Amino acid sequence: MTDTSQVQVTASVDRTTGLSGLVEDWSSDQRAFKNVSWRKAMMWIFLLSDTFIFGIFLLSYMTSRMSTKVGWPNASEVFSLHIGHTNFPLLLIAIMTFVLITSSGTMVLAVNYGYRKDRKLTAIMLLVTALLGATFVGMQVFEWSKLISEGVRPWSNPMGAPQFGGIFFMITGFHGTHVSIGVIFLLVMAQKVWRGDYDTQRPGFFTSRKGDYECVEIMGLYWHFVDLVWVFIFAFFYLW
Amino acid sequence: MIVSNSSHKDKDSFTELPADGHQAHPLKVYFVVWGWLFVLSACSYMVDFMSFQGYLRWTLILFFMIVKAGLIIAFFMHIKWERLSLSYAVLLPPIAVLVFVAIMAIEANYTVFTRFNFFGGG
Repeated sequence: MTDTSQVQVTASVDRTTGLSGLVEDWSSDQRAFKNVSWRKAMMWIFLLSDTFIFGIFLLSYMTSRMSTKVGWPNASEVFSLHIGHTNFPLLLIAIMTFVLITSSGTMVLAVNYGYRKDRKLTAIMLLVTALLGATFVGMQVFEWSKLISEGVRPWSNPMGAPQFGGIFFMITGFHGTHVSIGVIFLLVMAQKVWRGDYDTQRPGFFTSRKGDYECVEIMGLYWHFVDLVWVFIFAFFYLW
Repeated sequence: MIVSNSSHKDKDSFTELPADGHQAHPLKVYFVVWGWLFVLSACSYMVDFMSFQGYLRWTLILFFMIVKAGLIIAFFMHIKWERLSLSYAVLLPPIAVLVFVAIMAIEANYTVFTRFNFFGGG
């Protein structure tokens, strides 16, 4: 059977760069993304649709916060941690931010070692990334249970505007789901890399397609997107 | 289309996209970006820790957010090294969300106005 949906892109032609290259690509025949494989293009299109989802979530948050008559709870106090006798504002959130950024760095290393065909280091970096992602989700579970024990519900809370709970659980819940799915994919990817699937051209268990180390890069796109969303949530929900 | 225009080519060696479209770059650039992301995250946390308020707070939050997002998209997600046809396809559509934000900000102002004036004060 011939593989009609070729993933390999050979770009031996010298293409125009810059804006004229953009016009050339988009007005050309058959495909607009010239040196991008279809799976990478599809991941980007998925991420674009996900951008709209999170964009609209943050938009609804803005709308409810701007239109409520009751004061919005002070996130700095709500998410503060008492350690000893000192009160650290947003400490847990700050640690979660650093965990996620660290995981982004290990992911980028995994992509890089993948292209160097360093099978073991790639798998290790993927596992470290997954571990950091799982740590993030664990801390989110802690944060959720802390808030629930303090009486925060999707419909009410003791600190102020009732919309706070609904917005909080929806946005962080959706983001946490993305991280959890990412961790699962990272583990699957780590196993494939460790087994050498991308060296031996072993067909995938679900798609039956042969992969290569570009799959790690595409996995990385998803993971960095999750980190990216957290940058916006951190700024608008926790800091604002 | 075989057009070679050397004046359009990037000068730095690491900005040159490999012919097969694979994003393999020297590690140094990643470590520098990684370091900056930590610094910027610490900065945005300091905004809260120092209890800046008002426009200063909002400006700083937005500034650190945009720089962090830009670094992640440009380097970690390799948009800097992609062809413009892909970059513009993914970077321009979210502008529609910003337009929606502007519309809903007007709407939310009106909603809170009616709530205060016609639904029993505050």
